[in-house]
Amino acid sequence: MTTEPFPDQAPARNDLIARIGAGHLALAAVLLVFPFVASDFFTTQIGAYSLIFGMLGLSLMWLAGYGGMVSLAQITIAGIAGYTVAIFGENSADVHGFGWPWWVLVPFAVLIAALASALVGWVSVRTSGIYTIMITLAVATAMFYFAQQNYTLFNGFPGFAGVKAPVVFGIDWRDPMPFYFLSLGVAILCYLAVLYASKSTFGLTLQATRDNQRRMRALGYDVTMHKVFAWFLAGIIAGLAGILLVWFNGRISPGTINVGAAINVLIITVIGGLRHPIGPFLGAVVVILMQTFAIDIVGAERFNTLIGLLFLVIVFVSPDGILGLWEKAKAHLAPGSLRSDI
Amino acid sequence: MRLHRRTLMAATLATFTLPGLAMAQDDTIKIGLLATFEGAFTVLGEDSERGAMVALSEAGGMAGGKKIEVIKGSSDASPDSAVRAARKLVEQDGVSILVGPLSGDEGIAVKNYALSQPDVTFINGSSAAQDTTFRDPAPNFFRFSTDGAQWMAGLGTYAYNEKGYQNVAVVAEDYSFPYTQVFGFMAEFCQAGGKVTSKSWVPIGNKDYSSVIAAIPDDVDAIYVALGGADAVNFLSQFQQAGGEAPLIGGSITVDQTVLTSKGRLKDVLIGTPAAGPIADTNDAPEWVAFVEAYKETDGAFPSPSLFAHAYYIGMKAAILALNEVDGDMSNPAAYRAALSALSFETPTGMVSLDENRNAIADMYLTEVTEDADGNLVNKLIQVTSQVNQTLGIDKEEFMALGAVSRENPSCE
Amino acid sequence: MNDLRPPDDTLNNAPALTKRQVWIGIAVILALLLAWLVFTPVWPEWVKDILISKKAFVSSILNGLTLAGLYFLVASGFTLVFGLMRNVNLAHGSLYLLGAYVGYEIADLTGYWLLGVAGAFVIVGLLGIVLQVVVFRRLEGDDLRQTLVTIGISIVAADLMLAIWAGGTYQILVPDWLSGTLELPIISAVRSNGSIVYIKYPLFRILVLLAAIAIGIALWLMLNRTRVGMMIRAGVDDREMLSASGINVHAVFAIVFAVGAGLAGLAGVIGGSALSVSPGEDVRYLLASLVVVIVGGMGSISGAAIGALLIGLAEQLGLVYFPTYGIVVTFLIMVVTLAIRPQGIMGSTS
Repeated sequence: MTTEPFPDQAPARNDLIARIGAGHLALAAVLLVFPFVASDFFTTQIGAYSLIFGMLGLSLMWLAGYGGMVSLAQITIAGIAGYTVAIFGENSADVHGFGWPWWVLVPFAVLIAALASALVGWVSVRTSGIYTIMITLAVATAMFYFAQQNYTLFNGFPGFAGVKAPVVFGIDWRDPMPFYFLSLGVAILCYLAVLYASKSTFGLTLQATRDNQRRMRALGYDVTMHKVFAWFLAGIIAGLAGILLVWFNGRISPGTINVGAAINVLIITVIGGLRHPIGPFLGAVVVILMQTFAIDIVGAERFNTLIGLLFLVIVFVSPDGILGLWEKAKAHLAPGSLRSDI
Repeated sequence: MRLHRRTLMAATLATFTLPGLAMAQDDTIKIGLLATFEGAFTVLGEDSERGAMVALSEAGGMAGGKKIEVIKGSSDASPDSAVRAARKLVEQDGVSILVGPLSGDEGIAVKNYALSQPDVTFINGSSAAQDTTFRDPAPNFFRFSTDGAQWMAGLGTYAYNEKGYQNVAVVAEDYSFPYTQVFGFMAEFCQAGGKVTSKSWVPIGNKDYSSVIAAIPDDVDAIYVALGGADAVNFLSQFQQAGGEAPLIGGSITVDQTVLTSKGRLKDVLIGTPAAGPIADTNDAPEWVAFVEAYKETDGAFPSPSLFAHAYYIGMKAAILALNEVDGDMSNPAAYRAALSALSFETPTGMVSLDENRNAIADMYLTEVTEDADGNLVNKLIQVTSQVNQTLGIDKEEFMALGAVSRENPSCE
Repeated sequence: MNDLRPPDDTLNNAPALTKRQVWIGIAVILALLLAWLVFTPVWPEWVKDILISKKAFVSSILNGLTLAGLYFLVASGFTLVFGLMRNVNLAHGSLYLLGAYVGYEIADLTGYWLLGVAGAFVIVGLLGIVLQVVVFRRLEGDDLRQTLVTIGISIVAADLMLAIWAGGTYQILVPDWLSGTLELPIISAVRSNGSIVYIKYPLFRILVLLAAIAIGIALWLMLNRTRVGMMIRAGVDDREMLSASGINVHAVFAIVFAVGAGLAGLAGVIGGSALSVSPGEDVRYLLASLVVVIVGGMGSISGAAIGALLIGLAEQLGLVYFPTYGIVVTFLIMVVTLAIRPQGIMGSTS
């Protein structure tokens, strides 16, 4: 009964492993130089923002790509971390704002997010396969309504404003350059963690469970516990992204975690590609560039048609997203034919 | 292939640094126009753009001897998206003046953003939450349109004295703008001696109001309804279906043209409904008539401008008038803001000037829904309450002591 | 581990029976309580303190029932398609909204409301066939991609409908003979002069409930008494066996998809007449369908009916008695169901 979204994974990974060194180095160089050549706007609104949504996508990619569980609740998990920061840290809404120092607040918010994620996971993995997407969509919506209606904890419709990133070592971490590097650092950490975890015993067990749940169960694995733990790990990544997001915006409200935002994370991840952890980051850059500049090029009115069509084309033509297109293009442009091209 | 990639990279890098180049021109002034061009409020956002464009074309696209370049920014009515769009206009497109946003909580979010951008001047679009300018205001945020409590001027007194309603039930959406409207209505109504015996705060986007309607006490004289758009239409049609007999009192957007023009059997329950707001459809002042004519020439215009078009018109008009004062010199934002603060100008709806919090003092219109000669529902002008300020004529300290609007505040059972 | 156990019902036969008896007992007590609440002419004060007024209580029960009718119409199509094709059609809400707009246009053009209802059913049903043939058949067996495609379709559809019908609110006018109110033989209050006030209820809403019951029965008959129904039920149980037995599975799929989509379109017109039509309805009714079928059990028509009843009543009672968290209550029901019985009330464990 399990779904098998990406059965032909093994050969592609070998291919990627072979290239990993050079590709990663080039990428790291570009990412490090980027804030020094780009304007502040590009550094934060495109660069850091893409990194944050890339992390959200990464947490989804971890669940979907390796665990076969497509979640629409990643932005909700991030929102829980963000609300935790707003409630227990400082805000300007005169509601709560306990002013905890960042070094208590950040681990605490991540822990809350991870536990919430594990809970969502526990509720959804008890049913099979395709149920997950529906249950997480319903959970995401419930959380949105609850945050919107509850004033005592979530300050209702307006949410919290005035949430500030901490000043550590004399650096305001919300200044463009520090914030970019902070996001980059956390993103790279999460990225490497997912790469490592995917090859660890746990990661391999998870992938085996995705491919054949019944067999793993027969072999004596506690499939449910494995999946819930995968959700817990995904919650850590989404929680970190949520903290960065609330520092980035300086505010959080139900609008941050509505259904549109939930679907946005899915779009980013699918457009980027679910096969390799780099996919979501690629997708984030593409989608966020489009969202930001669509109004100057095609007007904002029909933007959703554009992004929806792109999404459809990707799902139809290249189930592995841009990453898959890249692989295909590479296959076509074998070294020989490439030279004749130029 | 490698060559190709390098050129591509160079081109990409060029775009990153482009904004710096574009800012060099100094014979144009960039004004950002922030409204809801996506999501459910798209229609309202487009109408607000029409209003802003009327002001622009009146001035011939020029102000203070310089050409005006309008750059649009789009939000979906959520505060996050409004701030994101404002950031792009300010930090990427380099606008020196920003007109917008459209809805209440967007306004508060953009005001907070304005605090971090002291070199840019923000002029409110149509957002009407009280605290945008009243509590913790930003020195560079101006509101020439008024707030939702001001819009209610005259209504509470009229309902109690002229209509003779003593007990009223309230049905309103559960967020800050309706809180503000209910506050404005009750400030007068309770003062006059009326009682509000039940309040139903309904989540935004609720469809089925029939149970809410059934739960309204039978012994009220009237129902005050502060709902907008689809919510208002749903409430009204279900009220009609349920055979509701209590007369209604309307919030500013409950009986505007978006609701009055919707098809259905709303006539019976709507005719005679008093409401108040910054505009009146049947206003026959020549300035208003001229504005309606100019508005109708824009693409896709409604038969009559919405209050969003009106608010953006006034905001854009103020931006242009102040630019004329400083001869288009934006190098000194303080001088421009001084000019804005000192503005006192004739609009299609009377004189507008600012108070010390940079919130407008303007005329308000008390209206009643009637059927015009063609069978359309319109808001007939009943009376004008002139020069309403943000504290509704109450002493500022005393008004402050009333506290921030919420579900429970105010109350007079 | 679970798979090695014998099927539940053979092992737990005896305790299940007592469990059922407990449930029936609770249901009877609740029904008696409800009957007393509804038919007592005047409520004692302490009941009024809890339940506000009899009019509010009875109306919210009736509204809950009629809303359940509407939810059932939308969710039955959704669950039917899932049951047979394992296709989670997240564009189901878009079909609802499209049906509402199409019905509005036809009714407005011709002046016949019933024509609008029929038109929406047929047109959206045909569109369903097109979707099935052009889109889903190509991705057969790939559940995840099918679901992703439906998300893409719903995004594009919502935007295109916004382009065509703008953001306004439409109300589909019902003919005069269906509008107006009906006086019910339930006493609302007794005036001081002794005259009795009866509860009035909109006629059209009662019709919504009747239509839902009629369509529910028709669906049941179709599934249980016709050849196509037999094939569908066989397909729900075992898709491979059905195709192996020489039946044109694609034709069956197309029929089911057409009926499912058509029901969504029909529900759109009925919902648009009882309430109204505006952008955002697609997501709203998609979520309602999701919650209804998660609670009721995926793929089960009777489950959809039970789920719709629970959710409809919870939503309306919630709106009156705890308006702040009314919407959240429905989701709470869902989470509780998932925790106790993950496959839904009527869902099968397979």
